This record gives sequence, structure tokens and C-alpha cells, in this order.
Amino acid sequence: MAWLDSHLLTTTVFLPLVWAVIGLLIPTGAPGGRAALRGWSLAGTLLVFAVSLLIYQRYDAGGAEFQLAESAAWLPALGINYRLGTDGISLWLVLLTTFLMPVAVLSSFRAIETREREYYFLLLFLETAMLGAFVALDIFLFYVFWEMLLIPMYFLIGIWGGKDRVYAAMKFFLYTLVGSLLMLVAIFYLAYQHKLQFGTYSAAFVDLYRLKLPGADYTSAQSLLFLAFALAFAIKVPLFPLHTWLPDAHVQAPTAGSVILAAILLKMGGYGFMRIAFPLFPQAVALYQVPFMVLGAVAVLYGAWVAMVQPDIKKLVAYSSVSHMGYVVLGLFSLNSIAVTGSYYQMLNHGISTGALFLLVGMIYERRHTREISAFGGLTRVMPLFAVAFMIVTLSSIALPGTNGFVGEFLILLGAWQVSPALTAVAGLGVIFGAVYMLWMFQRVMFGPLKHKENEGLKDLSFREMLVLAPMIVAIFGMGIFPNFVFDKLSPSIDRFVARSTTAANPAQGE
Amino acid sequence: MIALIPLLPLLGFLINGLWYAFFQAAPGRSKASAGLTGGIATLAILGSFVVSVLLFLQLQELPAQSRVLDQVLFPWISFGGFKLDLAFRLDPLASLFTLVVTGVGALIHLYSIGYMGHDATPGKFFAYLNLFCFAMLMLVLGASLPILFLGWEGVGLCSYLLIGYWYTDDEKASAGKKAFIVNRVGDLGFLLGMFLIFSVFGTLDFAVLQSAVTQGGQAALPAGVTEAAVTAICLLLFVGCMGKSAQIPLYVWLPDAMAGPTPVSALIHAATMVTSGIYMVARLNALFSLSPTAMAVVAVVGGVTAFFAATIAITQRDIKKVLAYSTVSQLGYMFLACGVGAYATGVFHVITHAFFKALMFLGAGSVIHGMHEEQDIMKMGGLRGKMPVTFFTFAMGWLAISGIPPFSGFFSKDEVLWLAFSSQHGSFLLWGLGALTAVMTAFYMTRLFSLTFLGKPRFDERKLGAAHGHDEGHGHAPAGVHESPWTMTAPLQVLALLSLVGGFIGIPHLSWIEHWLEPVIPAHHASAEVAPHMEWVLMALSVVGAVIGITVALRLYANLDRAKELAVRWAGLHRVLFNKWYVDELYDALFVRPIHGLSQVLWKRLDVAVIDRLVLGFGKASLWSGQAVRVIQTGSIQLYALVLLIGIVVSVGYLIYGMA
Repeated sequence: MAWLDSHLLTTTVFLPLVWAVIGLLIPTGAPGGRAALRGWSLAGTLLVFAVSLLIYQRYDAGGAEFQLAESAAWLPALGINYRLGTDGISLWLVLLTTFLMPVAVLSSFRAIETREREYYFLLLFLETAMLGAFVALDIFLFYVFWEMLLIPMYFLIGIWGGKDRVYAAMKFFLYTLVGSLLMLVAIFYLAYQHKLQFGTYSAAFVDLYRLKLPGADYTSAQSLLFLAFALAFAIKVPLFPLHTWLPDAHVQAPTAGSVILAAILLKMGGYGFMRIAFPLFPQAVALYQVPFMVLGAVAVLYGAWVAMVQPDIKKLVAYSSVSHMGYVVLGLFSLNSIAVTGSYYQMLNHGISTGALFLLVGMIYERRHTREISAFGGLTRVMPLFAVAFMIVTLSSIALPGTNGFVGEFLILLGAWQVSPALTAVAGLGVIFGAVYMLWMFQRVMFGPLKHKENEGLKDLSFREMLVLAPMIVAIFGMGIFPNFVFDKLSPSIDRFVARSTTAANPAQGE
Repeated sequence: MIALIPLLPLLGFLINGLWYAFFQAAPGRSKASAGLTGGIATLAILGSFVVSVLLFLQLQELPAQSRVLDQVLFPWISFGGFKLDLAFRLDPLASLFTLVVTGVGALIHLYSIGYMGHDATPGKFFAYLNLFCFAMLMLVLGASLPILFLGWEGVGLCSYLLIGYWYTDDEKASAGKKAFIVNRVGDLGFLLGMFLIFSVFGTLDFAVLQSAVTQGGQAALPAGVTEAAVTAICLLLFVGCMGKSAQIPLYVWLPDAMAGPTPVSALIHAATMVTSGIYMVARLNALFSLSPTAMAVVAVVGGVTAFFAATIAITQRDIKKVLAYSTVSQLGYMFLACGVGAYATGVFHVITHAFFKALMFLGAGSVIHGMHEEQDIMKMGGLRGKMPVTFFTFAMGWLAISGIPPFSGFFSKDEVLWLAFSSQHGSFLLWGLGALTAVMTAFYMTRLFSLTFLGKPRFDERKLGAAHGHDEGHGHAPAGVHESPWTMTAPLQVLALLSLVGGFIGIPHLSWIEHWLEPVIPAHHASAEVAPHMEWVLMALSVVGAVIGITVALRLYANLDRAKELAVRWAGLHRVLFNKWYVDELYDALFVRPIHGLSQVLWKRLDVAVIDRLVLGFGKASLWSGQAVRVIQTGSIQLYALVLLIGIVVSVGYLIYGMA
């Protein structure tokens, strides 16, 4: 237990990988083997969730910035070390990940029928990579986990995906790689700068935060470095106009892949902004604040409009992600504690509500093998429980007060208004068009007469599907009614983040 | 204790909702009866009515200036520099609204037991109805703007769910969606107004806000706040009111909302939800009073809406549509009152209107029920003898809305008109608009009354009930017109009584309601320039106007051929009015189609054709060239696997090397 206590983060991060490797040994050819594999994988993700609750319990909001820290030498000569630790910003993304993984595994039981061993291996491998990225305190270690993510996700889309899976996987891969390359260059530059300023190489975030980089204008070191990181993170978010990989990746990915992609992978972008791009380059952030807020507001509206005209439900949900993540960017760049808190909360919300939407879409896809909106209509009559779940998730997505979505959107807009009422009003149009595309889609799928014969015999939710959706629905209302549960262990970290990212106003920091 | 008022209906919703979803909803499962599910729901709302009465009495015991009860449930959204409690506040204004919402609500729940008796899924219906009451009571009792907004959007949701209650009919589902979306337009205004309040006053709490903008009991601009800022706040919030309370230009959803079951039209789309906008303006009266510009906008929009909706009501043939436009028109009166500074009078008209309009909607429901789903008044007539209770009670509503003394509508409407004339913010023009509308109201309500109940039947009784079905599952056993069961007629009788005597809470110069509201809404001062005797002159004029409207309509519609002749002679005007001034078509051409078209273009021309190609091309070019590009395009997954595997090996190798 003592070892676990001092290595809680390492345990959480690598437990899924270890579990996955052992899972490879399960003979799926034997009778009951496949069920055993599924059970094993589910148990693993549940265990990781349980361990991550210990992190929640140990984390003290009033304590040091990074807690449960661990470190081990890796490439000490280059200042690169294995450093883990968590603050409030890492904490909730870790919990979001560990919370959603059992759901993703459970949702795959019927959907995945080929090469299951590899599938569950990759899913758990992915969990390790994601968790690692969220708790890495060394920028190079962060980069390794960030790149590591690509591998399992690439295969999940490329092997278990839909008709155009290869194209989609390739596009996903290309986009991310383009972003990563510049980021890697920037990382080396930063470590080198540390050597110049302090005499040693270092890749630790806490060391890099102390760097003094010129940041007066649009071509200063801060600006260029900021843009290098921002490109990588904006692609992941994804921020308009770098979003076009998302619809393809989402539509082609298997359900669990879409859930993880939307719920967690996109959050890597927001997390990267918060952990690296903002605190390291506050003056550049001040310079680029307005352009990015404009892109965020445009993304909200653009995503909503394009979502509105999609004939494919999954594509509609994908574009809705562009819209929802536009709010996140708008709020982050507003740089006050209200908007940033809202943005962070919106990232969690988006994970829950969009994740749940993909689960729901997956459920009707498994029944009908199509995602065309026009192939449905009137499903409420045959699938009433599904209809209730779908309605609740829809309301969360359109940010009805009482659901989680409202808390995020309200805080983002309230905070952004203090910076730019005009852009807030533009983004606010998303409040209207969000309702347009979601309710219109809901009507065409769930209401009206049952016009297609094929839909008449559709079965309502199975017990397993209820188990998949129940935690999502609990989270939707729980986070809508008791957001302070999250804020209590978040807000000191947000305040630190805002203070560190707005020191641009103080010229002593820069030149 | 206050929390019980909204929580009891929430409990009712949870019982009926969960019971329905898990044990009744599946196809083939038997459904619980309307008596049982409706009984639960009615008890829930009746319980909160009792609590509301007790708390009202408790308030009354207190000295006038300290009539406030607070209850904080828990901190809702609190962190660092932001604090928002889930808190309720019961003051004289909120107390009146809780009484109306729970009282009229309970009557309509009871009525629904009869009305929905043959419905296929009463459990679902009553769950929604309770949920609505919960949200409406949150709206009324919220101690801050965000809590009010929580209720505000909540009632919008229930409205959406109940308008589209018979969801298999695409048209009804669309009407629900339209209501939600048009309301969202208003809600955006509300949100932005809230944000501006927060940045100007640093608070969203009503009490703090109230004390910031009042000095010595009168509204006063605090230091550092400009009138322009207050005007902007009020106008943004008023956009929200235009949506929720169906004012020009956002009224278009309310007539369509009649697709919902009739008790829903009575409760949500006449008596309670649509008056939320008036409630908000009254709640923030100190703020509105600081901006003469905003008040003028409120008054003019209210007055014009009242007139405009009345013109449409004159030509409609659907009994519920006439009542819907009449509701839009009456809501306009309420805003007219608020806009001239007579907030208490606006609230007074909310209450009397809740009585007589709920009564008439329920009466219309009784007629539709008795006529086997017929809603066209041209196909009715002569129901006086066949549905005596409905006829008699409906007549009370008709006289009330027409402004005949001593019915309730007379007192409240007359007070609105008088203040539109005499207030310092009033004018002869505003009065004229209101008075003209009053005559038209008397006319079209008489037309409705006459075509429905008087004259000879214009339908074949033997054919009724043979072929109906658009309200699926809403079947009836006996053929022929019949009076409704007691669960339906009892609420009619109670509401008829209230429509008759309800006005006495606001007798001119002795007004109990104005006095009661004084802690929230300071006493109104009439302009000194208006001669006092004018009040009686104008009162007489409005009664004469009402009598003229009634008489003309009675004579005209006693002989339907003459009325039809008139419609032919004025064919152009009639067509424009009958087609509701083509406003829906206008919005379709101005907003719906262009945005839809633009979105298509953005998707196909920008997203796919430009951005995608540009970014992909750039990515490919920068990563590989020549041979490599060809390899990529073969899409050989094994190759990528190899590349990635090498990547893993290198990473892991690094790791091990580093550790060692």
C-alpha cells in the first residue's frame, strides 16, 4: 500500500496497459473466451476508475500546485525526466477519462465482433496514453504520450471503422502529425532556452514557467512559439478552420472510438492550451487574444450551421463538436476566471453529452446499420426508453438549465461578455442554432409517423445499454445541479492559471 | 417551506415519469388510467396550492415592508469570484403568482383527468404537466435572475414537450419545435441582458439589484451607471419577454402552440407561462422605471401587439386559434400597462386574464370534447342547449374579456386603459390603440360565442364521432354532442365564479392588489395634468365601446350569410387577416431559407471543397513528396502499421535506455 500511495499516478496511468497486455493472453478461441476478454477489459477499466477516485480523495485543493508528484531520472543530461503530478486542471480530465472508459468498453460488447483481442488491447493502451498526457509534468514526456495516442486511435479507426476508414484514419493521422512536428521543434527550443537562461537543460513545466522570453510583437519568440503550440492544440480542439479531419474521423470510427475521440482526445487540445501555450507565453496570448476569440465565436456559429444540414446523424454530432469546442476557445481566451472555469467545465460537459450522443447513435446503428436521418422517424413509438435517454442528452447538448451544459455555456458567455460583448453576442447565436439542429434532428429521428417498415420491430434499450447510458445521465444532471462538486477542487488551479497567463500586463515578465 | 411549492410537483413528475418510462411506455404494456395518474398529479399541485395559501397568510401577518421570506437550498454555482445560490424568495408579487399558478393549475389538472380520460398515455401527460408547474414555480420563486432563467427555460421545455405531445403527427411536433426555437431567440436576449446587468451592477440577485437602483423607495440611477446602459439592459431583457410572452415580432409560435392538448393551452399558453414576461418586468420594475426609452418601447410593442393580434382574431375559424390570438392581444395589454409604469395593473390583468382565459380555453376544450374533436366554429352553432354548463360558464368568460361590468376583465382592462391615458408615460394615442382593441375584442369574442353556442347547429349530429382520429387514442364512446363529465365542468364553474368576482381585488382607488404589491412595486402617481373626472368619462366610453362591439357582432352573426357577404366584399383584407398578415411566410423567406441555404453552401463549398483540400494538400506536400505521396494514396495499412511500430519501438527503446 505504501508503494501505491507514493505511486498513485503511475499506477493509474500504467495499470490499463499492464491489464491490456495480460488480456492478450486470454484465448478468445476457447469457449467463453470472448466473454472472458470482455469481462476482463471491463473489470480493468473499472479498477482504474476506482484507483483514480483515490487521486480525487488525496488531492487537496488548498495545497501545493502539483500534488501526488513522482519523478524518476530519464534523460537527465537533457533535462528530460519522468515527472508526474496533478493539479485541479489535470484531476478532472483524468476522472473524465477513467469514468468514460468503462462505458466505452461496455458499449463495444455487441458492436465489435472481429479481432476483439487487439481491439480491447488498443482501447486500454489508449487509456494509458491519455492519462499519461494529462498528468505528465515534463513537456517531453507529455509529447511522448501525446504522440502515443495516435497509434491506438489510428488503428481503432483504420481497422474497426466504417466504409472509408482508411481515408479517415489517414486524415486524422496527417493532421495531427503536422501539428506535432512544429510542437516538437518548439519543445527543443524551450529546453535549450532554459539552458541559456539557467545553465541547465530542463523540460519540467515548473521550470519552463520561469523562462523569460521576448513577447512584444507578432514575430517575437513568444509569438512564434505560441503559434507552434497553438497549431497543434487548435487542430486537436479542433478549431475552425482546422476541423475538417473531425467529421471523417468521427463518422468512420467505431462507436467507442468516436466516444473517446470526442470526449477525451479533443480535450487534449484545450488541456494543451491551459498547461503549455497560455502560461508559457502570456504576452503572445494577449496579442492573439482577439483573433482566437473571433475564431472561437465563428466556430460556434459555423459548426452549428453546418451541423444543421447534415444528412448523417454522426456527422451532425461531429459538427456540433466544432460548435461546442468553439465556446471552449472563446472562454479560454477571455482569460478571466469566470470564462475559463466555464470553458473547462464545458470540456467536461462536452465529454459527457457528446460522448452520450455517440453512444446513442451507435445503438441505433447497431439495429439498423445506417446513420441516415431520413432512414428513421417515429422511433419514440417503438423505443420509448431510448427516446427518454436521447431527449435528456439532447437537452444537455443544447445547454438547458439544470443540465451540465448550461453551467459551462452560461459561465463562458458571462465571462466573455466582460471582454467582448460583440463576440459574445455572435457566439450567443449558438444558443439558438444549437436548438435548431438538435431539435430538428430529434424530430426527424424520433417523432412523426413510423414511416419505414424496417423500424417497426426495433427493440428498445437492452439492460446492457441502460447500464451504458445510466452513468452519462447521472453525470448530466449531477453536473448540472451540483457543479460545485467539481469547482471545489478546481478553482484554485484555475485562479493560478489565469494569474500566470495574464502577467503580460506586467512588463517586468517579458522583455 | 417555500421549497415545497416547486418540489411537490417535481415529486409528482418523478413518480409519474419514472412509472411511465419504465413500466408503461413499452409497446404492448398496459397504461395506467387517467384517474390514477391524474389523481397523483392533481394531489401534488393541490399540495403546493395549500402551501402557497399558508405562506400567503404568513406573509399577510407581517408588516408590509418586511413581507419577504427567503430560503437558500444550497450554493449552486460558486467558485472564486462568483457566487450563485439556489435560493427562493417569496414576496407579495411572487406570492400572488404562486397562488395563480397552483390554484388555476390544480383546476386544470383536475379538468385534464376528464379531458385526457381516453388518451393513450395519460401517465406521460400528467408527468409533463407536473414538470411544467415545477418549472413555473421555480421561475416565480427564484431569488436571482439565473434561477428565474432556469424556470424560464424549463417552462419552455415543457411547452415544447406538451405542444408536441401527440408526436406522431409531424405538424404538432413541428409546432413544438417552433415554439422552442422562437423562444430561444428571446432567451438569447434575456441572457445578454443578464450579462450586461452583471457587468454593470456586479450582481444577479434581485434584492441586491433592487437596492442598487432605488433610493428612498423610488427608482434612482446609481452613481457611475448611465441611463443608456439601463436602457440596453431593459431592451435585451424585453427581447426575452417578446419570446416568452408572445409579443411582436416573436409571437408567431403561440398560435401554432394550439396543437397541444387543450388543457395545456389553458394552463401554459394562456394562464401562466406566457405571463412570465410580465412577471419579469414587474419584478425588475425599478430598473425599467429608470429608462423612459425602454418603457416607451414596452408600451408601444404591447399596444401594437394588442391591436395587431386582435385584427387576426376576427377572421380565424379555429376556436383555439381565436383564443390564441386573443391571448397575444391581452398580453399586449399587460405590457402596455407595464410600459406606462402601471406594473401593478399589469399584474392585475395577468390574474383576471388567468381566470377568464383559462375558463374559455377549458370551455373550448369541453366543446371540442363534446363535438368529437371538431375545432372549426363554422361547423358548430346551437350548443347552448346541448352543453348548458359549458355554455353558461363560457358566457362568463366572454363577458369578462369583453369588459362588461362587474366582470373581472372590466376592472383590469379599464385600469390599463385609464393609466395608458393618464400616466405620465401614457398618451392619448396609447389609450386610443387600447380602446380600439377593446371594441374589436368585444366583437371577435362575441363572434366566437355566437357561432359556437347560439343560432342553429351547422353540423349533422349523427355523423359526429364517426370519423375522428387526429388526436389519436383520444376516442369517445357515445355518438352525438354531449356535456362533459364533472371533472371538467367543476373547474369551469370555479373559474366562472372567479371571472365574475375576481376583479374586486382591484377596484379603482380601493385597489387591494396595488396595496398588496406596494413593497415590490411602489405606488403609481398619475400625471397632474389629467383631470380626475376623465377617469369616469373614459370608463363610460369603454363600456359603450364594448356594448357596441357585442351588439354589432351579435346582429351580424345571427345571420351568417350577411357575414359571409361582408367577407366577400372585403375579400382582400379578409384574406390578409385570415392568413395572419403572412408573417410566417415572411419569416420563412427572410430567415429560414437564407440560413438553410447558406449552411449548405458553407458545408459543401467551403468545408469540403476549400478547407479540406487546402489543409490536406498542405499536409501532404509538407510531409512527403514524390514517391511517398504515391505510397500514401495506396492506403496500405500495413505500411502505416510498420511506420507506427517503428515509432513505438523507438519510444520504448528511448525509455529503457533513459532509465538505465
